[in-house]
Amino acid sequence: MSQFLVKVFIRLRPSVLDPAGEAIKSAANKLGVDGINSLRIGKLIETELEASHENEVKEKIELLCDRLFANNVIEDYEYQLEKK
Amino acid sequence: MTSYTVGIVVFPGSNCDRDVSWALEGCLDIKTKFIWHESSDLSGIDSVVLPGGFSYGDYLRCGAVARFSSLINSLHDFVRTGRKVLGICNGFQILTEAGFLPGALTNNKNLNFICKDVELKVHSQKGGWFKSFIDKNITLPIAHGEGRYYCDDYTYKELLDNDLIALKYIDNPNGSTHEIAGILNKEGNVLGLMPHPERACDKNIGGIDGEFILRNLVKY
Repeated sequence: MSQFLVKVFIRLRPSVLDPAGEAIKSAANKLGVDGINSLRIGKLIETELEASHENEVKEKIELLCDRLFANNVIEDYEYQLEKK
Repeated sequence: MTSYTVGIVVFPGSNCDRDVSWALEGCLDIKTKFIWHESSDLSGIDSVVLPGGFSYGDYLRCGAVARFSSLINSLHDFVRTGRKVLGICNGFQILTEAGFLPGALTNNKNLNFICKDVELKVHSQKGGWFKSFIDKNITLPIAHGEGRYYCDDYTYKELLDNDLIALKYIDNPNGSTHEIAGILNKEGNVLGLMPHPERACDKNIGGIDGEFILRNLVKY
């Protein structure tokens, strides 16, 4: 068995309003940083898991993303994995 | 009616379970039974309420963890028998996360936790939940930070075509898609609401529009 480090990025779908992102964008403007055209907030989940090969990790992560980590009505996900 | 029993599911973080029990037992003389979320035993239960609160601390997303409880697993069979399930606030969020109802609930457009009475229009008579309110507006309290109902255009058309929109806000307080405050499943026996009917069951503390909805948990 090998150890894998997986980073899952979860984002609100583009069609879903992100009021928290809008609030941070407004604060960023007040900080004096201009030129920000869009700002949206997502989630990062880092997990370490063991599996015999990379495809097994992908199967596990995709099940987790589809059923738990993301709500596919409002969110999209992508992930990066590396063997430790 | 005394033998009719409404099960009230208690998750870690539920905080409206006792309010629902008080409203049903104290105001409507309907027997209730608290059911811990780890139980899968719904024998002797005629209807189920998923109460409001913050199940599992609302970790990840509201209702995301609660949907994996033993009780929610057994609720699928319960719903297939045609018995009624009412999800209130966090209960509505759990029903969408668990796939009993379409769409999702996310943070309010203005990011505020909104706690106030709101006026609502009754849209669907499906399931007999609102039979006292044909073509009437009702007033119920809301109390939520993440009550903005979202669905895509395809789902909205499905809701419209099947008469599944139960309630709409008159003055959309949270930015919900098409002002939706409550929806039904196609069979009409599962209802999810962001407003709290259990907090509107006594005319001395804010009206009785909720009483009529809760009364319809019981099939006469």
